[in-house]
Amino acid sequence: MVDPATASRLQFAVTTVVHIIFPVMSMGLAPFLVYFTWKEIRTGEELYERLRRFWTKIFAVSFAVGTVTGLVLEFEFGTNFAAFSAAAGELFGGPLAVEGMMAFFLEATFLGVFVFGRERVSDRLYFVSSVMVGLGTWLSAVWILVANSWMQTPRGFEVARESGQLTILLTDPIAAYANPRFPWMFVHMQNAAVLSVALFMAGIAAYHVYRRRHLGVVDEGNLDGEFWRATLKIALVVLIVTAPLQVLHGDAYGRHVAETQPQKFAAMEAVWETDSYVPEYIIAFPTSVDDLLNPRAKDIFGIGIPGGASWLASGGNPQAEITGLNEFEGSPPVAIVFWSFRAMVAMGFWFMLLAFWAGYRWWTGDLYEDRLLHKALMASSVLGIVGVELGWIVTEVGRQPWVIQGVMKTTEGVSPGLTAAEATLTLAGFVGGYLVLLSLYTYVIGRLIRRGPAPREEAADRDAPSPASAGAGEDD
Amino acid sequence: MTEAIAPSATGLASLETGVPLETVWFGVPLGDLWFVVVFAFLAIFLFLDGWDFGVGAIFALRDDHHEREQCLAAIGPFWDGNEVWLVVFGGSLFAAFPAVYAALFSRHYLLLFGVLAALILRGMAPEFYEQRETEGWQTWWGRAFVVGSVGAPFLLGIFTANWLLGVDGIAAASVVAGLALVALNVASGAAFLRLKTTGPLADEMPDYGIRAAAAYLALVVVLLGLLALRPAVRDALVAPGPVALVVGSVALGVGFVVAARRDRPYVALGTAGGMTGAFVALVAVLLYPTVEPLTGLTVEEAIIGAPAVELLTVGAALLIPLVLTYFAVLYSAFSGPIDVEESY
Repeated sequence: MVDPATASRLQFAVTTVVHIIFPVMSMGLAPFLVYFTWKEIRTGEELYERLRRFWTKIFAVSFAVGTVTGLVLEFEFGTNFAAFSAAAGELFGGPLAVEGMMAFFLEATFLGVFVFGRERVSDRLYFVSSVMVGLGTWLSAVWILVANSWMQTPRGFEVARESGQLTILLTDPIAAYANPRFPWMFVHMQNAAVLSVALFMAGIAAYHVYRRRHLGVVDEGNLDGEFWRATLKIALVVLIVTAPLQVLHGDAYGRHVAETQPQKFAAMEAVWETDSYVPEYIIAFPTSVDDLLNPRAKDIFGIGIPGGASWLASGGNPQAEITGLNEFEGSPPVAIVFWSFRAMVAMGFWFMLLAFWAGYRWWTGDLYEDRLLHKALMASSVLGIVGVELGWIVTEVGRQPWVIQGVMKTTEGVSPGLTAAEATLTLAGFVGGYLVLLSLYTYVIGRLIRRGPAPREEAADRDAPSPASAGAGEDD
Repeated sequence: MTEAIAPSATGLASLETGVPLETVWFGVPLGDLWFVVVFAFLAIFLFLDGWDFGVGAIFALRDDHHEREQCLAAIGPFWDGNEVWLVVFGGSLFAAFPAVYAALFSRHYLLLFGVLAALILRGMAPEFYEQRETEGWQTWWGRAFVVGSVGAPFLLGIFTANWLLGVDGIAAASVVAGLALVALNVASGAAFLRLKTTGPLADEMPDYGIRAAAAYLALVVVLLGLLALRPAVRDALVAPGPVALVVGSVALGVGFVVAARRDRPYVALGTAGGMTGAFVALVAVLLYPTVEPLTGLTVEEAIIGAPAVELLTVGAALLIPLVLTYFAVLYSAFSGPIDVEESY
């Protein structure tokens, strides 16, 4: 049996880590779908129709899984973190309710039109649907991040206590919801989603281009080859724009964390004693493997930029002082935060390198010839999503022990009456169930990708008006 | 199973900060307004997604491959949007009555995870079903679809009745309420399939609907009998409001049967909606002014403080008309029967 608090935290971690994959897919794919739909309607070219059809399939599967896993999260606030929900509902529940009304409805209803309505609605309404779906996915992120940013840097509230029972009252909505953390989180997350999907697309396209070009797969009518080459180029354009941006605003975001959540920043850099001129370790590795997860290990093999962490925290001053973890009450699991942050930053730079490399090859005219580039893109196809996961681990693990920074500890937020048996049972259920879910999703997506877009005949068949739909009308 | 959390501190803190306990707009206390809104969201969800659940149950009763695909195609464009009403119900309960949301959801811990499991199966099954044309794959996803579609309303019915009765475990009355909700959803689903499909499947739907509506009414009688065994509920039931709702349900049930016999699917669907509304309204009327019996919190005590509830009300007032517009677009785009080939 796992104690209820630990089980609840693990369960929430498992559900968020799995859930986030699907919103990233839908937020990132949405702008591509809007573009494909626009081009299809404007040019009438078959290529864009095939692009739209193919990526809509991936979107639809991701969205279905995202809906159900997201519903789980909403319920978990009540089932597992009832004390938090009761105390902070006045501030935290509102954004969630508005997310449902403003964003989720938009997304879910227009997705019905977008996925099933190509032959039923006008081009204009069809295009509008693609925009609405995209707007819905992005607005969804807005409200979730409004709620989350308030937990990171809470403002605009008053705390009341009655016999130890904590209640948080909203006093200043503008301070609370126009939270200073929000813009950083939103820009970093949104760009990450688009970047992740661009990498995913580029990886898949590279796989098909590589197979055709280097393994001699026969192109029937050269149509699929054209499809994948076009996909590769579109994905690369987006990658070249988003990869450097991610690093740039990531840096500014880090500075904001250093200012407003010094404890998290200290965990990201594993700084225990307050110090100035703190180095930024580019490579840091303990000389003994036993110390791998021990952030306090003394024997570290590291290559550090002298004063680098201080420079990052202050925005340019290598002499700046960083408050060490020892000065705070409690601390997050530092090793997790430290390694996740390093891995995320390393990936950020790798994506930028990859973007420049691909851009250079495009410019020199051998984008379709560089086998190593194709392999690198294939290997990196899901790394964007891994990077998002790591970023969220830094954000969420890094703010522990607080569920609401400086106001409420995570352990205080757990449902008081939850038994170890109940919590353990559902935890086991989730770990098992979500593993099955993920394997099924991977299997289905993998299958769609290997098969590529529907063959020309099938696509043409679908366009012919069927007798059933042509005769559709009122029958009551 | 789990102890109640009663942070009546909301009320107390309001006193301390000098904010009036009750926020009243145009003579309507916002607590009462949100009480109605939360239950209205629940009713809309149980009606709209109810026909999707009903279609899932009917799916189990049809062996023909083409008819099964017709069932899936019929709900394809709609179920996602319909399910969002559940998200909004949960979200608005959380936002407006956080203490009740926390107490209710943590107390029905395993039951709600059962609901989630059912909804996961129901949500993924249609999407995965069509990814492979092999028999084994489709058989399994078909089963997942049925289990999810029947399990979700059954468990939600138990949850709703438990809420009303203030029960922790599972009462006999709650199980009957769960079964009643499944029957009611099959009636809605049959009326919906009559509209959205063609051929033998559509032709047999009025029969399905009549049997399901009859089963619902019979189960409601059993339910009322079981409720009458509880003195507190019995006393509350003998009042004009509840009596009107029960009588109304029976009248609507008869209306459903007549409409189905005369093959008027829109009217049948409307009466099914009326019955779903009456079911939820009965729960709400019996609860009021308490939001949840075990915590004992009344609407006035459980509602969030002044600026928060005002903000929420303005937000909802602006957004709900938009949401209804989206639904109008969706349902009018897919009026009439839906062909199994329609997608992308």
